Amino acid sequence: MIGDQLRRHPTLGGALDRSKALRFSFDGQRYSGFQGDTLASALLANGVTLLGRSFKYHRPRGVMSIGSEESNALAELRTGARREPNTRMTQIELFQGLEAQSQNRWPSLNLDLLSINGLVAPFLAAGFYYKTFMRPRGFWEKYEYFIRRAAGLGRASGEADPDRYERIHRHCDILVTGAGAAGLAAAKSAMQAGARVAILDEREAPGGWLRFDRNLIEGAPATVWLDETVAALRAADNVTFLTRTTAFGYYDHNLITAVERVQDHRAVPDPHKPRQRIWTFRAKQVILATGAVEQPLAFADNDRPGVMLAGALRGYLNAYGVMAGHKAVIFSNNDHAYRTALDLIDAGGAIEAVVDVRPSPAGDLVRAVRDRGVRVYTDSIVSHAKGGHALQACDVTPRGGGRPETIECDALGMSGGWNPAVHLHSQTGAKLDWRDDPGCFVPATAKWPCVSVGAANGDFQLADCLANGSEAGAQAAKASMGGTTATAVPGVRAFREERPHPIWEVPLGPDRRGKRFVDFQNDVTVEDVELAHREGFVSVEHLKRYTTMGMATDQGKTSNIAGLAIMARLRDKPIPEVGTTTFRPPFTPVSIGAIAGQERGQHFQPLRRTSMDDWHAENGAVFQNVGLWRRPHYYPHAQEDVDDASRREVTATRGAVGVCDVTTLGKIDVQGPDAAEFLNRIYANGFAKLPVGKARYGLMLREDGMVFDDGVTSRLGETRYLMTTTTGNAGPVMAKLEFYLQTVWPELRVRITSVTEQWAGFSVAGPKAREVLQDVIDIDISDGAFPFMAAAECRFAGAPARLFRISFSGERAYEVNVAADHGAEAWALTVAKAQALGGSVYGLESLGTMRIEKGHVAGTEINGQTTADDLGLGGMLSSKKEFIGKAMTGRPAYLAPDRQKLVGLRPVDGATWIKAGAQLIEDGAAAPPVQMLGHVTAVAFSPELNTPIALALLSGGMARAGAALEAAYPLTGESVRVRVVSPHFLDPEGTRMHG
Amino acid sequence: MTHYSVWSLIKGGLTGQKNWTRAWRDPEPKSSYDVIIIGGGGHGLATAHYLAKLHGVTNVAVLEKGWLGGGNVGRNTTIVRSNYLLDANAHFYEHSLKLWEGLSDDLNYNVMFSQRAVINLAHSKPQLDGFARRGNAMLLNGIDAELLDRDGVQAMVPYFDYSESARFPIYGGLMQRRGGSARHDAVAWGYARSADARGVDLIQNCEVTGFRIEDGRVLGVETTRGFIGAQKVGMAVAGHTSHVAAMAGLNRLPIESHKLQAMVSEGLKPLINQVYTFGAGHFYISQSDKGGLVYGGDLDGYNSYAQRGNYPLIEHVHAAGMALMPSLGRLRLTRHWAGVMDMSMDGSPIIGMTPIEGLYLNAGWCYGGFKATPASGWCFAHTIAQNRPHALNEAFTLNRFETGAQIDERGAGPIPGAH
Amino acid sequence: MFIIKCPYCGERDVTEFSYGGDATRAYPQDPAQATPEDWHAYVYERDNPRGWHVEWWQHSQGCRQWLKLRRNTLTHELGRTALPHEPLSPDDDEGSDA
Repeated sequence: MIGDQLRRHPTLGGALDRSKALRFSFDGQRYSGFQGDTLASALLANGVTLLGRSFKYHRPRGVMSIGSEESNALAELRTGARREPNTRMTQIELFQGLEAQSQNRWPSLNLDLLSINGLVAPFLAAGFYYKTFMRPRGFWEKYEYFIRRAAGLGRASGEADPDRYERIHRHCDILVTGAGAAGLAAAKSAMQAGARVAILDEREAPGGWLRFDRNLIEGAPATVWLDETVAALRAADNVTFLTRTTAFGYYDHNLITAVERVQDHRAVPDPHKPRQRIWTFRAKQVILATGAVEQPLAFADNDRPGVMLAGALRGYLNAYGVMAGHKAVIFSNNDHAYRTALDLIDAGGAIEAVVDVRPSPAGDLVRAVRDRGVRVYTDSIVSHAKGGHALQACDVTPRGGGRPETIECDALGMSGGWNPAVHLHSQTGAKLDWRDDPGCFVPATAKWPCVSVGAANGDFQLADCLANGSEAGAQAAKASMGGTTATAVPGVRAFREERPHPIWEVPLGPDRRGKRFVDFQNDVTVEDVELAHREGFVSVEHLKRYTTMGMATDQGKTSNIAGLAIMARLRDKPIPEVGTTTFRPPFTPVSIGAIAGQERGQHFQPLRRTSMDDWHAENGAVFQNVGLWRRPHYYPHAQEDVDDASRREVTATRGAVGVCDVTTLGKIDVQGPDAAEFLNRIYANGFAKLPVGKARYGLMLREDGMVFDDGVTSRLGETRYLMTTTTGNAGPVMAKLEFYLQTVWPELRVRITSVTEQWAGFSVAGPKAREVLQDVIDIDISDGAFPFMAAAECRFAGAPARLFRISFSGERAYEVNVAADHGAEAWALTVAKAQALGGSVYGLESLGTMRIEKGHVAGTEINGQTTADDLGLGGMLSSKKEFIGKAMTGRPAYLAPDRQKLVGLRPVDGATWIKAGAQLIEDGAAAPPVQMLGHVTAVAFSPELNTPIALALLSGGMARAGAALEAAYPLTGESVRVRVVSPHFLDPEGTRMHG
Repeated sequence: MTHYSVWSLIKGGLTGQKNWTRAWRDPEPKSSYDVIIIGGGGHGLATAHYLAKLHGVTNVAVLEKGWLGGGNVGRNTTIVRSNYLLDANAHFYEHSLKLWEGLSDDLNYNVMFSQRAVINLAHSKPQLDGFARRGNAMLLNGIDAELLDRDGVQAMVPYFDYSESARFPIYGGLMQRRGGSARHDAVAWGYARSADARGVDLIQNCEVTGFRIEDGRVLGVETTRGFIGAQKVGMAVAGHTSHVAAMAGLNRLPIESHKLQAMVSEGLKPLINQVYTFGAGHFYISQSDKGGLVYGGDLDGYNSYAQRGNYPLIEHVHAAGMALMPSLGRLRLTRHWAGVMDMSMDGSPIIGMTPIEGLYLNAGWCYGGFKATPASGWCFAHTIAQNRPHALNEAFTLNRFETGAQIDERGAGPIPGAH
Repeated sequence: MFIIKCPYCGERDVTEFSYGGDATRAYPQDPAQATPEDWHAYVYERDNPRGWHVEWWQHSQGCRQWLKLRRNTLTHELGRTALPHEPLSPDDDEGSDA
């Protein structure tokens, strides 16, 4: 074990539980830390500063921040299927046995051969790839192969994620995002007013910068107020308090999404808990207390490990007891960063210098630092950070020019001031305003009921955070539930702070060397922004896209302001005139698994099963997905394949009897005095005069005149009908019928209800069909009493049932609907009877075969591109009445003689299978493009005709009867000569089904 | 303008990148032009390029209300393919694909067109038969297509769920090897730079506020920078067509504006080397050269001009992604956004004439606009220059719905959100 | 992610509803007398406003009622909802009650 936490302060570190030592490894090297550490703080405590390599130049990088804005210190966390690339070390809570690896380096972090990119860096400026690799044509993929391998960050595991996720929805009066001083004050006053409050914080412990800064509230350390307030909120019944929870998205109508990292602080989740949980909050009022992000300064080699944000340096010390450096330099454009100097000195560290860009800073904090004997370089800049894998020194140069002074240091805290975390506000499309003092963007008018408070609103003083937070909480409570409450605001000593100087970049030093990074993760430098300007990419969006600034996983939290400021300088315009960028969700990257939630595996679009599904499974059915349903495709015996099984099933059905599960067909109960009129308007064929006890095939068109759906509708009573639809269109037809009834013809006295799930359905087809049913049905089904197209309500073995004498197979056939609870039983009974008569069950393959033999159209013909006439059903369109879609059927293109229409096909050789999806072309057509005359929609082998057959849509339709064509399947190089025949292959007169 | 070459790059490296000049000028608008193109997106800029290059029409202005390439060309998921069934679409998109194949060279700008293959996954035999119909039609139209079985898909990408217990097992797929992706911004910038070099004025921050039309003939446009006269005006403002066309009196077009979301993950080392569409849910995925997984799904489902998406669709897309690729769980969504689509009544575009003389319309791209960019500009330039459509776009007329000659690739009918 | 006020069920999340498009276009009153232009206008033409839009939604996961909703397509603000027979125009200024 190395390190031994030599950089750990003996007493400081409020976040740590020093009684719990933890072992962990980074790049295979073992270290120790404490409960409460992050991976970043633990590595810093062990003196490890080289943590990663940059995206493009593979420069050595260390940790830059203390929060979710981190752009450098990314790691692959865990191993195997639980490996997570690109995980921010600043957010990884240490756990026993944690394993992490650095990424984007080869072969190792210390020796990364791709850092050669740094040597050719002068050539790899923004826009490099747009300007080369254009030739030879088609060679880009070859260059790209290598570029892709060098790019990217971490490695995905490629293995199925073993963990679980869940979603939870919550309504509340007030949602507070961020449990820092402002958020806590807001939540407290809202809680006291009795509102239902939810408060979230992305860190493992609430408090925000109250934990990282040293402050006094009411004369006591701020943590006292923090602990009391948190305890009060946690104890309140009307408060939901979530930590490790990041509000990441702000959507319309005050919908806020947040991800709770429920178990990420453990090696493996508790088996009874999800790894992460997505909360969707619907709040009457939203209070954004998301704080602010400290901005870096762009000076030469500002990315050297050891350079970090001044606040981070301070935070690691106060919360984690980490002395990130023994000899530190602070480089700032504001007073706030002087706190870092004070804290480090008070902890026993040495401040070599404070470098301030301002000519004569004199605020309270500045004076305090001077009082401790620290040298403050005013009107000066850090012009160059020195060192390789670790910071060794920095050059300090007067702003007006002059010789640099080199100061040895092992830590450099930089501060370009703070920019409010306006991301959630901005996601809604709401605007931002520029505030000159202190030089940052603040939220303008919110779009939904929402207010930003505290640092998120540009109010950086603790006293303001507490007062404004408290007031916002009270106001939100008033707005969401009425009433008022007065809230007491705790007293805080305010420091007098002077205005920051609004610069975020400084010139190169006299040595003219080094890279000034603006976007650390994407390796975008000041020079890249200047190049973009030179080439005319001056709008903010062009700048972002051309240089990739702000497009990394940190979404520009630490780069956008500097980028804008540089462009403003180049264009000689104030920053707000250059523009702002729009922030997109999520605030920080969110696990894809968490967003998917429970909808995984079999829970993704859950399978629908019919009442008879168990029977099918027990009897060896091979299933096929049809929409969300599964249906038996065929029932193989022994070694049968689909063709063998189907041939046996069809032969048994046509020879004796077959039984098929048709439960999935849509069923709609239509009732009312005007039901006949309603159906007559919906269907293209006449329904006004359908007698009670009769069924009729109906055809529905879309409003554009194409065929929409077909099915059989039966009149069960004077004012009662049962409509059936195809499986796939059950939902759409129902919605459409409701639309016409409720909006177009409200005068019709009709009620409709979907009863698809209430009735199990099966068809019994074949010459012995009546024999199977006659003993179990309680009505007379002799041909005289129950002829073809008869329909009746009845009982099936005592269960409520409906019987329809309709046929899709072309055989004498009955369709039985039985109350769903009785479906399995009725099916088993029917199948047993059928099998005793030499019959069989049959699946979709046989159903398809028999419908093809009969030339009945189904989904591959009713494909949304065919008219009734195309399908040979043009004669059904009533000329005597109006119906949906009628007016559109007369348009010229619908009547063109060369439209593709339904035909039958047989192989010329009588033996070769025709393949579904084949295109019909003239015999002996030449090289592409070849004119296509149509295509094969459905194929089968007809046992009775002993030949393969097919249905097709063919230009000109039956006008080509007798012609020989080629059914071409160039995907496999196959082609079959086919002859155009009638689509009615079997029993065209319908003798069998009429009985 | 600096010609881009290895030599100019070396010079850039040696001069601290000081050798580069503006990619395009920033001209003041002239009082009139031969042709004005409204819309500085991919299609408008491509139109200007081809007008200048192929038709010798260089007295052209492209008017853009914001910044060049700020519309859908800069916010799509960059898929390029020509795997269409219907002849009109197949020929048009194949022409586009052929233009893509030479585009970087043509523009002297690397648009990073990567022919890494586009694969539509099928999850049942009937679905694969439907794909085969399309694949056979593609081959007969002279477009490449290959049918893959499950093993064939697995050999290309091992990370999908190939188990029999998958909710929607992978049965096979239809692959177009010549399909792929490109760098979207580069397409806009490359066309812009080339058009500018040929004399076209690219005018940003210039919003069209009205048309001047007399006796059924367009005379020019009113803009936020004053009136600009023109012999001919072409509209290429997909997403906002209804709004702009209404200013010319073309009310009630067969178009609705909908929004489509797109998502990108954090950068990763190469994981997915082709473009995939999941056949059992609305989901597609590829990986950019920077390493981000780029994915998306269906429309949000209601008329919208907001370039922001809503959350239910995001949940659905991620669930579909996890169903296809269960290892996605531990990767992270890093950004999602939305673009506004012109959804036409049959899912196919409109490129052609309007009832107003001298006014031309390029619209209705649904979500196929990016891959169409070269052919759209090519055909629109031809239509404007010749005052008649080219054979490649003559089917995409505005009045095809009157005659019933819709080009409805999916058979979804006159429900714009369903295409 | 909208909250839509169903006239029967009250405020409900948008995921309970399905969209039905522009509700200002009317199915021809007398289909037999309507001209091809009328039908074309009804089936294919849309105002597609960038702003306030009156549109059909069905409370499909609830009471199955089709309703009209006034919604701004640019900002996603919602206005009133109305039953099918109740007039509601894009210019309605009765304000929002959602």
